[in-house]
Amino acid sequence: MLNRRSFLQAATLLGCSAAAHPLMSTMTFAAAPGENRLVVIILRGAMDGMDAIQPYGDPMLRQYRRELSVGPENGALDLDGFYALHPELAPLMPLWKAGELAFAHAVSTPYRDKRSHFDGQDLLEAGTGNDLPFDRQQGGWLNRLLGQMPGVVSETAYSVGVEQMKILSGKAPYLSWAPRANLQLTPQAQMLLEHVYHDDPLFRDAARDATEIVAETGDQAMAGGGPGADAKALGQFAATRLNAETRIAAFSIPGWDSHAGQVATLTKAFERLCGSMLSLREGLGQNWARTTVLVMTEFGRTVRENGSAGTDHGTGGALLMAGGAIKGGRAFGDWPGLGESDLYADRDLMPVRDIRAYAGWAMHGLFGIERQKIEQVILPGLDLGSDPGMLA
Amino acid sequence: MSFGFSELAAIRLGFGLSPLMPPAPDVDALLAGVAHAGPLPDAMTTETARAMTLELRDTRRAREEDKSEANEEAFQIVNTRMGMVPIYDLRDRIARAVDDGVGFGERLVQFWADHFTVISAGSATHPLAVAFVDEAIRPHIGGRFEDMFFAADTHPMMLTYLNQSQSKGPNSPFVKNRPKMELGLNENLAREAMELHSLGVDAGYSQDDVRQLAELLTGMEYTANLGFRYRADVAEPGAETVLGKSYGGNRRGGMEDIRTALTDIARRPETARYLSRKLAVHFVSDDPGEDLVNELAGVWQETQGDLPSVYRVLATHPDLVTNLRKKVRQPFEVIVAALRALGVNGGRLADLDDKQLRRFFWGPMIAMGQPWGKPTGPDGWPEEAESWIAPQMLAARINWTMNMPRGLLPRQLPDPREMLISTFGGTQSAQLSWAVPKAESAAEGVALILASNDFNRR
Repeated sequence: MLNRRSFLQAATLLGCSAAAHPLMSTMTFAAAPGENRLVVIILRGAMDGMDAIQPYGDPMLRQYRRELSVGPENGALDLDGFYALHPELAPLMPLWKAGELAFAHAVSTPYRDKRSHFDGQDLLEAGTGNDLPFDRQQGGWLNRLLGQMPGVVSETAYSVGVEQMKILSGKAPYLSWAPRANLQLTPQAQMLLEHVYHDDPLFRDAARDATEIVAETGDQAMAGGGPGADAKALGQFAATRLNAETRIAAFSIPGWDSHAGQVATLTKAFERLCGSMLSLREGLGQNWARTTVLVMTEFGRTVRENGSAGTDHGTGGALLMAGGAIKGGRAFGDWPGLGESDLYADRDLMPVRDIRAYAGWAMHGLFGIERQKIEQVILPGLDLGSDPGMLA
Repeated sequence: MSFGFSELAAIRLGFGLSPLMPPAPDVDALLAGVAHAGPLPDAMTTETARAMTLELRDTRRAREEDKSEANEEAFQIVNTRMGMVPIYDLRDRIARAVDDGVGFGERLVQFWADHFTVISAGSATHPLAVAFVDEAIRPHIGGRFEDMFFAADTHPMMLTYLNQSQSKGPNSPFVKNRPKMELGLNENLAREAMELHSLGVDAGYSQDDVRQLAELLTGMEYTANLGFRYRADVAEPGAETVLGKSYGGNRRGGMEDIRTALTDIARRPETARYLSRKLAVHFVSDDPGEDLVNELAGVWQETQGDLPSVYRVLATHPDLVTNLRKKVRQPFEVIVAALRALGVNGGRLADLDDKQLRRFFWGPMIAMGQPWGKPTGPDGWPEEAESWIAPQMLAARINWTMNMPRGLLPRQLPDPREMLISTFGGTQSAQLSWAVPKAESAAEGVALILASNDFNRR
């Protein structure tokens, strides 16, 4: 593994001027924009919010679901006498008790009716309404947030994972890295490659970022494999960056599309979510107190179980919020009810609030972004409405 | 820099130079090479794919009905085999491209298969996605666009991927007889056929055109059980008007009406323009010159989409020279080009076991940002250089150049100084020529060549 010092030695060895080298001049940081931190986790495939946070206090729930979401009598953990936490989310119960976990049920983006994952996720990450065709929606709302923050440098925001997160794409600079990615070069090869890339900004800057990230984060090799370990690695890696200059991080967790055999599907998915959340909390240490985590998914799932022990694509879903910066241990927003006339299109949970409103109020509270900028620039067309007061 | 058409064409229109085979000497040879990319005698077919899907279904059912050890084992064997289909497909696609002396044909397969993106959602459809390329793409890359358009958008894999098989005419007898079921039109294929596959999103078609084309496309259905069928009882009755032209009328012609409509769309000037630009973006520059696009579109329209005539413009236009290395090679291209540069032939890949295939190709493609067969949507892979050279992706490219040659060719690494000449044919930068001889070992010299921006661009 190459570190900064061995690189310097290599530079000396080859007789190059370290001062003239691109690697040497980039680690100066402008003042970071405050101490608050925002992490956005996108759950790809549409999490069944009614199974994650089970509204067992609504008597209608049992009319629709026999196997799934049956509440505390089937092992779910009671939260407040109305809602219960899915048993596989039990590792998050200490956060709830500490006031570091909350949720808002029956939220959605403006996306309706077609229920396509592809479009639903695009709209969630774009943060816009339906007024633009999907392929015209350039850039994500976290990138537009960067555009409204002072003192932003590329380290301010991180896209974590191999995938390039659309939520961060756009004009403002940001970094991206995958936790287990590495750079396996001897100092000599590194030096030569820097020379080769020198006149090609695209390659030069990407290699420079990669080298710096590896030098700072060290060897990310972790014990174990599999999806659970991958998710933990995402949280761990995000934490190392957030403990340094980074204030905004985004990553995704796949595997929520539970059309059949939902119990097995969600067991694995919840393991990933808990793993990433707990490793984030552990890695952040005292910075957890300044952190807000928003866990968002493209839409909810059908109120009724389907014929294959699963649920199909729906509308209203659940937003999870975590972190030491939130006023947790409580539910936000209203419960729309499950009566026949309460459902959306006679099949889905009726959305009671735009999920973007929570994101907007988080940005307002954490980074002091004016309401007008949120409604016109970052989440254009959104009516923020009243402050749900989820920040402590 | 001193190089001729052969080097230019191999690097920009093929998969780079190889010490094992000479590049195409001229444009005629380049275009003649496209014929090598046709389907092979052992190509995957829809029928074979269907049989494989049914075998998976049957062994799964047998296991559910009777949980005996024999049934479990039978299912596991079939399930594993289906799961390996994309990995062997990747191996075969790499091997074929490595061995193609000219390379342009296999590049066109990549281009057109991406233009008509299909994504297999699970192991049951993996073989059908392979059949799609062999049946809808390969036979037509040297023909007329309209034939490929029809073949692709009526292929069982496309009907499956873009939900056409579930689309039912709202006034069809099939739907009228089932008032309690939620059945109806699915516009997915109709929309993508115009937006992504032919006219382009900026063309002046309306939501009504999408809907009418969707109605015209009803009736096509593919299920593993019954194969492809045109079902008149599912088709929406009556004529449909798409872009001002009426199709179907009182006597519905089924597939013939669909072919006529798609052919008309293929021949529109918007299609010529959209696809000419797309070809120029893929082969020449992320931001191609208007002159090149105009010339391509002009020939496209004159010849009604005769693809070899269009390719000839691409291969002979001065922008091909002046934009050298404006494009970044996608991960698949880098892998093929590296194997060619190393003097490996495709047959070597047949010796690799599953673990090696995952380690050298399948896994690295994920890390480089191009998981095989899994782009994020029907719009396929991105073209912009920036989409492929994010820090973690470039690191994956660099690591691969350090690991793969040593792992695959432990005692047969080329001399980096010779490899520099055979790989670039004089097109490399002065920096690279300076750096390669200074590497500490042959392996690092080779890695430097393969990790260089010169090599990762075309």
